[in-house]
Amino acid sequence: MSVPLTLLGLLEQEPRHGYDLKRDYDTFFGRGKPLPYGQVYSTLSRLARDGKVVISEVEAGAGPDRKRYVITDRGATEVDQWLTQPVEPEPHLQTVLFAKVVLALMLDRPAEDYLDTQRRAHLQRMRELTEVKRTGGLVDALLADHGLYHLEADLRWIETTGARLDALRRTVRP
Amino acid sequence: MTTMIEARNVEFSFGSTPALRGASLAIDAGEIVAVMGPSGSGKSTLLHCLAGILVPDAGEIHFDGARIDARSEQERSALRRERFGFVFQFGQLVPELTAAENVALPLLLGGVRRAEALRTAHGWFDRLGLAGLEHRRSGELSGGQAQRVALARGLVAGPRVLFADEPTGALDSLTGEQVMDLLVTAAREQGTTVVLVTHEPRVAAYADREVIVRDGRINAPDRVAS
Repeated sequence: MSVPLTLLGLLEQEPRHGYDLKRDYDTFFGRGKPLPYGQVYSTLSRLARDGKVVISEVEAGAGPDRKRYVITDRGATEVDQWLTQPVEPEPHLQTVLFAKVVLALMLDRPAEDYLDTQRRAHLQRMRELTEVKRTGGLVDALLADHGLYHLEADLRWIETTGARLDALRRTVRP
Repeated sequence: MTTMIEARNVEFSFGSTPALRGASLAIDAGEIVAVMGPSGSGKSTLLHCLAGILVPDAGEIHFDGARIDARSEQERSALRRERFGFVFQFGQLVPELTAAENVALPLLLGGVRRAEALRTAHGWFDRLGLAGLEHRRSGELSGGQAQRVALARGLVAGPRVLFADEPTGALDSLTGEQVMDLLVTAAREQGTTVVLVTHEPRVAAYADREVIVRDGRINAPDRVAS
């Protein structure tokens, strides 16, 4: 999740105070990992320094968090580029899962057991996300789906790797 | 927690090809267990043995504290009719019957009067979002609707155990999840134990736990029956 670009996107929707930005970020993107206030304001400072937002007003008698942030043309262009470009598809060739399996085989340790343990952990997480889907709203369900599909992809890799362990063992332990 | 259904060291072969090689599994009352494994691993054979459809070559099947694999075909058939419910990959609805008659079928076979059986069946249509489809035949239902009708038929008689073999295998993912959500909700409301065979992790994630069948054995060391 790119926090600066996400905050910029929220500001493109409408100008906001730092407090409102944090609230909306946490509602739609936080999902159990709220954005610290310090990070909100440090990010906004950098965005202002880089000319992507400006402060439109400071309410009389209010503290520093009553600044109202407005996106600039430069900021809006950046959001537009971000939203129109695909994320770099990651080949996942050097994931932790891969490294653990190969190292286990290299060290003559039970890679099958590791894959079984990993499968159980993945399925447990999928159960938790499924419960989120069943009990939460649409936003929760769609975010849970994203996690579920990625975990499912990992599980397919675990199954395929499990079926090829003997060949992989011969490859990494010639 | 009471064990509802259990396989003890079950072996089964199709001719000279072994499908189960000492499979053991204990499932508690009210539990929803996903049976997973690669194609040909023996997971459907295990379901058929647990349900009394197949008789193991060796080992035992226990249901609600009593051994059932040694019973006659007639007794096992009665057990399946009265205590078990089934949902398969393809709904296998009777095409000549209406959706409501299909749902009522287990009740009619159990001796319930037709009017009462149909009244009970109609209650399931609202519950599963099928209201208005009671009089359609299976050819007039979408895949998801037909599978929900099959689910209602599997649960209408209040079975102690529901056996579901790839119940979403013929559905797209969104429809499949709707069916799974309904299955889990209805089973929990009725306290029905569910044995769910699936190769799809996202379907298995609706269960309380999973067991993996591999080469005719079960990989669930923490819950294998003693």
